[in-house]
Parts: sequence; structure tokens; C-alpha cells
Amino acid sequence: MSQINRIAASSKRINRTRTLNFTFNGKEYQGFEGDTVASALLANGVDVIGRSFKYSRPRGIITSDSQEPNAIFQIGSSQSSTIPNPRATQTDLYNGLTASSTNGWPNVDFDLMSTVGKLGGSMMPPGFYYKTFMFPQSLWMSYEHLIRKGAGLGASPTLSDPDSYDKMHQHCDVMIVGGGPAGLAAALSAAKTGARVIISDEQNEFGGSLLCSKQEINGDLPSLWVEKVMTQLTKMDNVLLLPRSTVFGYYDHNLLGINERRTDHLGENQQQCSRQRVHKVRAKQVILATGAHERPLVYGNNDVPGCMLATAISTYINRYDVVPGNELVLMTTNDNAYKAAIDWHQAGRKVVTIVDTRSASNGELVKRAKSLGIDIIFGHAVIEVSGKKRVKGVDIAPINAVNHSVIGAVKHLSCDTVASSGGWSPVVHLSSHTGSRPIWKEEVAGFVPGETVQKQHSCGGLEGIYALSKVLSDGFTTGALAAQAAGKGEGVFEGSLPLTNDPQEDESMALFHVPHSKKTSRAPKQFVDYQNDVTAAGIELANREGFESIEHVKRYTALGFGTDQGKLGNINGMAITAKSLGKTIAETGTTIFRPMYTPTTFGALAGADVKQLFDPARFSAMHKWHLENGAEFEDVGQWKRPWYFPRPVETMQESLERECLAVRNDVGILDASTLGKIDIQGKDAREFLNRVYTNPWSKLAVGKCRYGVMCKEDGMVFDDGVTACINDNRFLMTTTTGGAAGVLQWLELWHQTEWPELEVYFSTVTDHWSTMTVTGPKARKVLEKVCDIDVSNDNFKYMDWIEAKVAGVKARIFRISFTGELSFEINVQANYGLHTWKAVMAAGEEFNITPYGTETMHILRAEKGFIIVGQDTDGSVTPQDLDMNWVVGKNKEFSFLGKRSWGRDDNQRDDRKQMVGLKPKDPTFVLPEGAQIVFDKDQPIPMTMVGHVTSSYYSASMGYSFALAVVKGGINRKGQSVFLPLSNGTTVEAEICSPIFYDPKGARQNV
Amino acid sequence: MLHIYCPYCEEMREEEEFNPAGQAHIERPLQPEELSDEQWARYLFFRKNPRGLHHEMWVHAHGCRKYFNITRNTVTYQIMETYKMGLQPNITASKEG
Repeated sequence: MSQINRIAASSKRINRTRTLNFTFNGKEYQGFEGDTVASALLANGVDVIGRSFKYSRPRGIITSDSQEPNAIFQIGSSQSSTIPNPRATQTDLYNGLTASSTNGWPNVDFDLMSTVGKLGGSMMPPGFYYKTFMFPQSLWMSYEHLIRKGAGLGASPTLSDPDSYDKMHQHCDVMIVGGGPAGLAAALSAAKTGARVIISDEQNEFGGSLLCSKQEINGDLPSLWVEKVMTQLTKMDNVLLLPRSTVFGYYDHNLLGINERRTDHLGENQQQCSRQRVHKVRAKQVILATGAHERPLVYGNNDVPGCMLATAISTYINRYDVVPGNELVLMTTNDNAYKAAIDWHQAGRKVVTIVDTRSASNGELVKRAKSLGIDIIFGHAVIEVSGKKRVKGVDIAPINAVNHSVIGAVKHLSCDTVASSGGWSPVVHLSSHTGSRPIWKEEVAGFVPGETVQKQHSCGGLEGIYALSKVLSDGFTTGALAAQAAGKGEGVFEGSLPLTNDPQEDESMALFHVPHSKKTSRAPKQFVDYQNDVTAAGIELANREGFESIEHVKRYTALGFGTDQGKLGNINGMAITAKSLGKTIAETGTTIFRPMYTPTTFGALAGADVKQLFDPARFSAMHKWHLENGAEFEDVGQWKRPWYFPRPVETMQESLERECLAVRNDVGILDASTLGKIDIQGKDAREFLNRVYTNPWSKLAVGKCRYGVMCKEDGMVFDDGVTACINDNRFLMTTTTGGAAGVLQWLELWHQTEWPELEVYFSTVTDHWSTMTVTGPKARKVLEKVCDIDVSNDNFKYMDWIEAKVAGVKARIFRISFTGELSFEINVQANYGLHTWKAVMAAGEEFNITPYGTETMHILRAEKGFIIVGQDTDGSVTPQDLDMNWVVGKNKEFSFLGKRSWGRDDNQRDDRKQMVGLKPKDPTFVLPEGAQIVFDKDQPIPMTMVGHVTSSYYSASMGYSFALAVVKGGINRKGQSVFLPLSNGTTVEAEICSPIFYDPKGARQNV
Repeated sequence: MLHIYCPYCEEMREEEEFNPAGQAHIERPLQPEELSDEQWARYLFFRKNPRGLHHEMWVHAHGCRKYFNITRNTVTYQIMETYKMGLQPNITASKEG
């Protein structure tokens, strides 16, 4: 297919020697290097590029930039490369590009939903979904699914992304956002002071409006001035240029997020470097030179393909050699937009007429248009467009903007393109990101950045300065001032300003919503926010229904909710709200724009932090052995811990029973390396322990260990573990695997903030040691074979620790038990872990030594009633609730952490949830963990719940199932029955008992 | 994302290196047992939630592991000063007027 709208070569930005093939909605087209997808489609005369969100009306390309609400596509040829919703106007064309509309079914030219839209159009007011689908609420989920499918805003990829992404942290003196005339001038000015400058622009090259402007600078085309500036900036070592880089967010303390698209313009699966990069820039000073967006006018059927922004017309003609139509009607409120008609005329196509809403203008551009023979009609507006899939003509009429009325006869003109311009809206988005509210500036009829606490400057179009000479001088001045604020230069730009003659312009008219001969609610749809199908009538209706705050109007009508964030329509929507409420725009105010400025891919935000790097995994030194021996793993924090070691054709339950019985009858071995270990040193270490643990530490002798419980100041248990006295000034504390980091920070907190006078130091040594627990009646026999000292009960008592050599390696052995059996916990330097483990395994072979994992560990400890903090407790459980008064020091001098809170009334209640054991009546039934407990099974629903199951297992050694639970007043209810209504509708009965099921006297660990 | 000056490292560092640790300048009563439940609860549970200047404790968790204090504006997120544990702020709400 030929490029019917491509005109004779004049733009340097289109490379005619390189034809690019691409596919849109299954059809093949050609464009050139330098095209965007949008310019190539327009070159090919493609009018309908999608369907609208709610009414499924045919839509065409409206803009040439980030404002585009309609041309949002699904781009990419496969399920791994597809991206939903990039704007065709900002997507560089590459050979082989595949794009399709994000909505429209079965296709955009014939859309079934549009029939629904036509029939239901008048019945789909704002809030339609709220009003229609709210009841019954239980069905909302299924409605939502269908609504979203019908609406369609792109589909997520279903396969993993093969591309790589990365992140960089950057620091600079001056960060300049926007590479148009103001930004480039500021960059040059700031860079000349020696300041470190970063300048970024979302487009593929710097220059902004100058790339398609014809206003001469220093007697040459403005693009030539851009080239010269770029040559200078490129040579400067203190300048980083970031094209194709969108500043998507401006965050506190001058942090900016920039998404640099590095290979997207080259095609899919570019492997030479990362596809996108996020720069996190911390800037001493920020200059926002984001310019302004042209505002469209709101008129009847203003969404028919062929309705465009005036600047977009100029851009497509001057930058891309594309004239997107044959016969143009331009409607404008200002002189500036005349450029579009002049460009159109000079491109050799017909300007039907310029419809100027003002009564007159004698500006230079107006005169130039007249001199070219272009027809101009003042005091009129385009009130309605005819056509469905392409503009066929317009109705124009004289209007009175002040009382919003058509004041004369309507005249019909034929044309295929309507350009409109309602003036300019400064791009205040980034300045809003940090919470600064934009303020209405009447003289520029737009919002400009309001007060901010950031070290921020703004210049050029963003300040409502539009004349090129003023934009340039503002840029140079601001650049020098920002550099000075960053400590560079004198704050004055020393150099000659470029020379340019601004055309004299007459005053613009503040017009947003064009009147129609019918009242708004009866007129053809006048779209304000195209992406969400928000119309002027819809906004007025919302106002009538009582939505007066602009924030409420936004949420009720969805104005500005799309992926375009209301760039095109927001100001018009606010103006319409203001008018219908009889307020000024300044009084109505604006909603706040938030990050992202334009949608940013998850890939870019994640950077390299995906898969293995998303969250680090921690492995013990014995991990390789566990893998080789078929362990299944469990995540405990970041640790990968063996969960159990299945043998071939074993079920999990069979493995657990085998592992449990081995420990109870022979000997088992557990990798306990992940337990948190904190080395505590200093002459006041013992006193410190007294203050943070509930039990006393004054008399713990060197060579002894003790179990301790830590409470928060509210009296609730938050960690437990065994601490050993290495010498009088040194203790080794163990913590739960998941609690290690938190406990260390907790100790530091109290030492640094309350007791700095205590001489004590903490250091984490978790990773320094490999720990293996050898436990079971035959544990000593195994240890004797590999240990160089006497480990008999006489020489090495329960709760002692000793230094010895195990398998030739220096080790600390702790005789502590978490299983209730005779246990030795062997600690060796981490890198000897695997060696020692293997030696112990070899020594234990003749005794049936059996490796076991965390699940068996849990069963064995639960049989003994040993708690797991965080499983059996939840931050609302005191040691007393756990029936662990034995771990509370009665005569400790210092009022240790948590103690005072136990005296509070609430902690003294008899009916607190207390830890107990539960025996199900059916000894084979394992209660689900988390099951709720009631006293009376016959009470009506909602029942009074009195506790829940915290741990529950089947015990192979005891031959019945059992559980730990918390029950209100449970300690005094032993022997009583409770009931557990389960999620499957059945209720089971269980008996409250002691939580210590196995070897209640503790004889087995003491042998 | 805040940019925080650690008074111990004497450097500006990124927020992700720090953890907030609640209101600053709360002193643990020396004799908890002598307090009424209400007094104890006031120490334990009651915290300020000002709109404007606030003194907070932060910890340089992924740095020097030191706790320190920050005077911060809770509306604008501006950090007016950071100072070591045990020192008093130079900037207070009353001084700012």
C-alpha cells in the first residue's frame, strides 16, 4: 500500500532511503526510518486506529506526543515481547514492528460493542457502572470480569520477558527535564559554569518544538540552532545527555526517576545491551522545562477520526513529511494555531477555512494566512462534525462565548480534517508529583507550578512563556541561576542570546467548551477525556448530581483516569465544571497529577532485580548435601531449609513418621545453621541480658547455657532462644531463624537509646557458624566416634557447652535439646560444615542416623510443648499465657523489659487466651492449624470463638494426633471438651490437656 | 524517597539504608513499678502525630547501625536537622512559631 499522505521530502528527520515494514491489525504497511508508528499510519491514510472505551466509537490519532488518548496499541510480535498501551505517537517505528488496537472486537472497522454503545449510549451516564452493577454485591466480581473484557485496554504478556533491564544511580548539580528550547538553553547555560548537568527528553532527539518550527534563530532554521547546541553539549564532559528518556516521577528531596528506552526503537530481542534503564537521579537543583501541551476545543462529535490538534498537524507536516488529510478546517482561539493552516497550505493541500472564535485578530500569522489567500471566518466556531469513520464536514456557526450560545445561522462545510486549538496548558505534572498544587494564572489561561519545597526551578512554556525569544532567554537565565544555587558560577549567563523575531500575536480567547445550538445534554457528544469517554454533558450531569469538588468529579466521571492521565482533557474538564458551578477555574482548582508521567514498564522498574536477584536466597554450608540427598525445601525468611528428606515412593507423611521415629528410637541429624546467632561482648553483657530477657542471668556460669524469652515492653513474647556463657564478658545468643535481624536491632535500640552507659557490643555471627543437631538415644554413641573428648553424662551435662574437636575441626558443642531427646548441637566454622556433617553421617550410619527437616523438628518440639514464636504466639501472648512462669525472674533487681506491663489489668484477666494442648476425640484426625475453637457447639451462628489451633500434627511415636492451641482461660480447663467447627461444615471435638505430650518429666534429654 | 544525613557516618545517604523507629525523645521511666497503669500506658502507647514538625528516631540499619534523631516536617517531608542520640533538637515547633 502506498503512503498516500507522504509529501515531497523536506524534513531531515525522515530517512527515505530506509523503508521499514510493519503490521497494524494484521495488515502490512511501510514507513521510513524516523517515523513514529503514528506518523507512519497517518502517512498510509489509516483513519480508524481503535475504538473508544465505553461507547466503542471509531477513533483516530489526535496528537503527536504524550497526550495521545486514542492511539494506544498492543505492540510486539509474541507473548513474551508484547507491551500493552504504548502510545503510537511516542513509539519509534522499526522494521517488522507488529501493532494492534487494544480494543475493538471483532475488529476496529466493525465493532460489535459499538452497537451496544449506540443503543445504550444515552443510557450510559457517568457512574453507569456504579449505578448498574452494584447489586447484588456478590456478583460484582463476575460483572467486573466481563466489563473489563469488553472495555479492553491492552493485555499483559503471558510469557516471561527475555530482555534485560538495569538501573543506575546518578548524581548531578543540575537536572534538566525537557530538551526543547528552554531546556537546551538552560543546559548550555548551566554546563558553562562547570556544573554537572543531566538533561533528558522523552523524544528520540533533542529540540522539542524547534524540530518542527520554522521561526528562524540567528537567521537559520531552528533545527540548525539545536544541532549547534547539541554539538557543544556533546563535547562537554560534565554533561550527560539522555534522549528517549522520560522522567516518570519527581520524588522528595529532588529524586527523579527516568526511564531510558535503549533498544525499543531498534526492534524486539535486541541482546546487545539492556532494553531499558531506570536512572535514579539525586539532583542538587532541578530545572523543569517540560513546556506546554496544546489544548483541544470541546465540540460536537470532536472524536471522529480526522479531528486533531493544530500543533499535531504542524508536527506531522514539518517533522514527518505527512499531511494527514486533504481538506482542512482549523478552529482556533489564538494566533499561534494559524501555523497549522499555513503549513497545510504550503504542503499543497486545501485549507477550507480558518474558523477563529475571536471577533478579530491582526497578528502577524493572521496576516500571513490572509496573504496566502486562506479564508478566515471570525466570531465563529465549529459546533459539530459529521462523519463516522472520518470527518466528512463541519457545521460552523457564530457564537457568543460569554453566555455560551450560538447566535446565528449554522453553515455546513465539507472537509476531511478538523484541527483545533484552545491555547496551551503548561505541563505541570512533574511539579505536582511532590505535592505542590498548581495555581491558575489568568493571563496565560493555564495552571503553572505552585509553591514547592523542592530545590526546583521552572522555565519556558511551563511558566506560560511561549514567545521563542523569551523562552530562550528564560532558559539561559534559569540555567545560570540553578547552577549558582548548586554552588557553580555567578548566576548570570554570560554570552549572547540567540536572535529571533517573535511574530506579533493578538490576544487569545479563553474558550474551552464550544456552545452548540442544542443544550449540552441534547447536543452530539462533546468529548473531554477521549480515553474514558467522558463528555461535557457527563461532567455537567455529575455537577447536577452534587459532585462539586473537582476530586469527586474526577472519580465519578473517570475524567483523567486513563493511561494518559488526562493530559489532553483535564483542563477542559475543570473549566466545564467551573462554568457549570458558576465558579472561576482558580476556585475550582485542579486535581493533582501523580507518577507515572507516562506508563512505565514493570521490566524497567524491576531492573535486574528479578528471578534469583529479586530476593536473595540463603543457603547453609550443607545445602549441597541436602540437594544430593533429595531434600524438599521450605522457605524460612530468605533461608532455604530442608523441610523433609523423602525416600523413593514415600509420601510426605511416611517420611515424617520415619524421621520422627528415628529420632525417638535411634538418632537423627538436623541442619540448624540458620538459627540467628549474636555474639555479645563487654563487661556489662550479663547485666544487659538481665534487662532484655525475662529470666535471670546473674548466676549463669561459664560453660553453661540457658533458655531465655524476650518480651517487648508491652509484655508480649517476641523471641526466644538459648544463650551460652562463653566467659564473664562474653555470651553467645541464639534467636529464631526469622527473628535474627530484628533481635539484633532490638538489642542495639535499647543499648543506644536507653542504656548507653552499659559497656556491651553486639555482632551478628549467624553466617560464621555451621550448626548441626545430633539428637536421639544413640546421639552420644555417634558423637563419641568423631569427638576428641569425653562426652559422657558425667563430664558433659545437660545445658553445658564445651569446646572440642569434631572430625578434626574445632567445634563448640551445646548440650541443649529441642526434641526432648539426648541432643548435641555441634557448631563449627561455617566452611567446615559440610565436612563435619559428612563425618557425623558416616559415624552414625551403623546407628541408623537419619537426616530430618523442619517439619519433623516441628512435630518433635510440639510433642514436648516447646513453642515456636510466631506460630504459637502472635504478639498478644505473655509468658504467663504460655504457662511459662518458670522463665520469669521473680527477684531480678532491674525492672526488665515487659515486666511492668504484666501488671496491667488486661494482662491479669482470667479469660486471656492461654496455651494448652488439644487431643482430638478421633485420634487419627489432625486438626487444621488456624481452626477456631468454641465451647458450645450448639450455639447459633455467629458463634463465640474462644481460641484457635496454633500447631497440629500426627505423632508417630505416640500413635495419635495432637495439637497446641490458645483457649480462653485454657490453663484451668484441662480435661474439658471444646469444639472446632471446620470449614467443611463438620464439627470435631477435642479435649484440653497439658501441652507437654511426650516425656512430661523430661527424663530423656537428661541421660 | 528521602535523602538523609547520618550524623555518625557524616554523609547523605538514600532512605533505603534506614529504618524509621518511631517518635524520638521518649524516655523509659526509671522506676516502672512506681507508675500507675495510666502513667505506664502513656509511656507505652501514646504517641504524637503532628501535622508539621516532628522529632523522629531513625536507624541507619544498612549502614553504621546507629540510632539517631531527625527533625522532619510531616507535611512537606523536609528534614530540618539530624542529630545524635542523647542530643536535643535545635529546631522545635515553638521556635518555628
